[in-house]
Amino acid sequence: MKHLLTPRAILLASALAIAPAAWAETPADTLVVAHTIDDIISLDPAQNFEFSGQDVGQNIYDRLVDFDPMDMDAGFKPSLAESWQMSDDGMSLTLKMREGVTFHSGNPVRAEDAAWSLQRAVKLNLTPAFILTQFGFTPENVEEKITFDDTSLTLHLDKPYAQSFVLNGLTAIVASVVDKETVLQHVEGDDYGNKWLSANDAGSGAFTLAAWRPNEAVQLAAYQDYFQGAPAMKRVIVRNVAESSAQRLLLEQGDIDVARNLSVTDVASIASVEGVRIQDEPRGRILYMGLNQKDEVLSNPAVIEAMKHLVDYDGIADSFLKGMFAPHQTFLPKGYLGVLEDRPWTLDVEKAKKLIEDADMSGRTITTKVRDLREYVDVAQALQASMAEAGLTLNIEQMTGAQVLDAYRAREVPIFIGEWGPDYSDPNTNAATFAFNPDNSDEAQATGLLAWRNAYAVPQDMNEATVAATLEQDTDKRAQMYIDIQKQYQAEAPIVPLFQRIENTGLRDNVQNWVSGGALTSVMYRQVTKGE
Amino acid sequence: MALTATDAAGQGAAPPSAPKRRGGAGRRRARGIAGTLLSLVLTMLGLLLITFIIGRVMPIDPVLKVVGDRATQAQYDAAYVAMGLDRPLHVQFLRYIGDVLTGDFGRSISTGQLVTDDIRRVFPATVELATLGTLIGVFVGVPLGVIAAARRGGIVDQIARVVALVGYSMPIFWLGLMGLLVFYGILGWVGGPGRQGILYDGMVPTITGLLLVDSLIEGDWGAFRDAFSHIILPASLLGYFSLAYISRMTRSFMLEQLSSEYITTARVKGLSERAVIWRHAFRNIRVPLITVIALSFGSLLEGSVLTEIIFSWPGLGQYITKALLSGDMNAVLGGTVVVGTCFVVLNLLSDILYRVLDPRSK
Repeated sequence: MKHLLTPRAILLASALAIAPAAWAETPADTLVVAHTIDDIISLDPAQNFEFSGQDVGQNIYDRLVDFDPMDMDAGFKPSLAESWQMSDDGMSLTLKMREGVTFHSGNPVRAEDAAWSLQRAVKLNLTPAFILTQFGFTPENVEEKITFDDTSLTLHLDKPYAQSFVLNGLTAIVASVVDKETVLQHVEGDDYGNKWLSANDAGSGAFTLAAWRPNEAVQLAAYQDYFQGAPAMKRVIVRNVAESSAQRLLLEQGDIDVARNLSVTDVASIASVEGVRIQDEPRGRILYMGLNQKDEVLSNPAVIEAMKHLVDYDGIADSFLKGMFAPHQTFLPKGYLGVLEDRPWTLDVEKAKKLIEDADMSGRTITTKVRDLREYVDVAQALQASMAEAGLTLNIEQMTGAQVLDAYRAREVPIFIGEWGPDYSDPNTNAATFAFNPDNSDEAQATGLLAWRNAYAVPQDMNEATVAATLEQDTDKRAQMYIDIQKQYQAEAPIVPLFQRIENTGLRDNVQNWVSGGALTSVMYRQVTKGE
Repeated sequence: MALTATDAAGQGAAPPSAPKRRGGAGRRRARGIAGTLLSLVLTMLGLLLITFIIGRVMPIDPVLKVVGDRATQAQYDAAYVAMGLDRPLHVQFLRYIGDVLTGDFGRSISTGQLVTDDIRRVFPATVELATLGTLIGVFVGVPLGVIAAARRGGIVDQIARVVALVGYSMPIFWLGLMGLLVFYGILGWVGGPGRQGILYDGMVPTITGLLLVDSLIEGDWGAFRDAFSHIILPASLLGYFSLAYISRMTRSFMLEQLSSEYITTARVKGLSERAVIWRHAFRNIRVPLITVIALSFGSLLEGSVLTEIIFSWPGLGQYITKALLSGDMNAVLGGTVVVGTCFVVLNLLSDILYRVLDPRSK
């Protein structure tokens, strides 16, 4: 053993370590992404509902309709379904399947697979199933409601829904088409293959799942027979790197091509680094302030109005949220059908102070819970300062995300500051939670609705308008209906949208066509190329 | 600290000092082993019980983690029942213990995988890092401590003191980031965060799960070099912290020995100083030193959460911490069993080593 520790041996060992100093670039046909992917619980499309899980599902599965990554604004377009036809009474939508598409297993993609995939998601009834069950499907009736023949499948709806509403719903990951024959080989009990699909792939997407090591890495391999053409990247490796500064170092060194969780400071300092650039992309998440209507002070209409003038929208977006969020004062994110462009509120402490004084609310104290995430705490503290100027005291208790969520769902957060992300690409996804709450009683336990969580008794006409908008076949009229709802919402609702999320992605200069998914969906890799 | 360390060594000293009687040795040994096993089982049970209770009183809702923010109340209730949370606490605990006895640690709700599979994946990463870290700590810390004691007040002693002080007081978070910045970012001497480079990711078949060992078994030198270049920085960092502790302990043990009468006698006999220090004094501190090293190794095996986060090291520390934060009790309990077992095994090992090294026990 002794000779192992001679100075020479130590020198030799360190030389060994130092030798491979050339880490410069990642291989030309491999895309390496650093991201926090520790939220993935399951890759089964019927269960997959976490941000980074959806990023995987998006690329290994196809849906009946999807988006063109190079033209997201165009909205949904044909994918596994070649065309569709709504019946005259608006009660059934028939989708004609594309021919000649195969799953990764080599099996053909049939209407039967598509129908079975949707039925399966409804029967499993896991969290994302609501995106499908809102069209009237239940575990009991779904076999009659979703039917197929050799070339097409038909959805029998319970109401004459807008075609755009149904098709937008079908762009969600939960509507992915899985390979029935392959999944049936892995069924355990009545789980419809859920356990197996949680960590395996039975899709037809542009990539196959090569490996998933939880909290560590996801590896995708190009599917050479992909029906829209084999992707340029032969491998995509997504590594879990939790620290922004570590992501930045890796990117600067060229060990990764894409860094997806850079902090505001790292984004600022990376801007001057050669070989690296930052791409901004508005995402669907809305940072909002919920004023709980159970609170005596916050339920006062004058205070609600005052609170809207106590947020320094531009100041915040230009300082500590710089580049991460843009001021946005309506519940539909930019990029959605029918988004309202109005920005009625600005910081106006004097006006707010007067409103509060006239309502006889000066000197009152509110204690709220805020998730211990820097952005949220910073916003809360800015609010605290301007509220103090206007005569209200805000106490902030910082807690973990899970704790705040628990309290929020129990309607116990007086001022909620946090984000909401849309679940699918239709405006109803946000309208149905911000502007819809048919039963505001505690017993209703509508814990999924933001309006209920804030004890906001949505006026009956707004509830009805939200439902009516899902039934309007004329898309232009439908857009106008959402604009009207948002206007009314801005005028009276105690839930105040503040900002829309912008994703800052750090890219090596040679990475082209990177798309994080925009406001509507999740990341897509099939169009990404790496040039010189 | 010194007190606990010698105390722990003292426990090891109990069996040999028991009165010796012919014939009873075998029976005594058997009883000793049975006693150790019993205490092991009781320790583990207690450990599990406490962890279980803490997990259940924590204000984190594991059901929400499973069903997500959007779940309806009906979906929530279904998951609540499916997870067995509607049963009384003691029933839940007994059921869990029953499952564990059959080797079933359940499924982690934060990864969706079997806890045993998760641990099989994350534990080797931690073992590899902790072992290398401890080796560095021992091979640098022990000589440093001995020399510091032999030349008390000398230059080495001063350096050792500063090194140890810095080691105790520097936040590992900062040191780790600085290390990455300098040795990876600027100098490019070592690999970046993660266990291996992209080129080798998933290329070495998993045999032991220790990348250094697996790549050697495969004879893949490129992969070995890559893994080594990634582990050396975090291991040095951990090694530095453990050497700070080990060198201080070594120094104080040595000082105690060097002031004993038998050392004076040895010196009077005319033995060289080298022989006095290494053959006489050092030989006598090996036993307590082993306990110190074992404890330090054990604490590294628990996972050094911050180091693992900074270096994106997919180890046990990160796994347990994340599980704890999402109320993922199966994963936390599984991890606790592993860490607990490690401590018990390390204690046993140091007991055995103690018997081998202590001439009085022969």
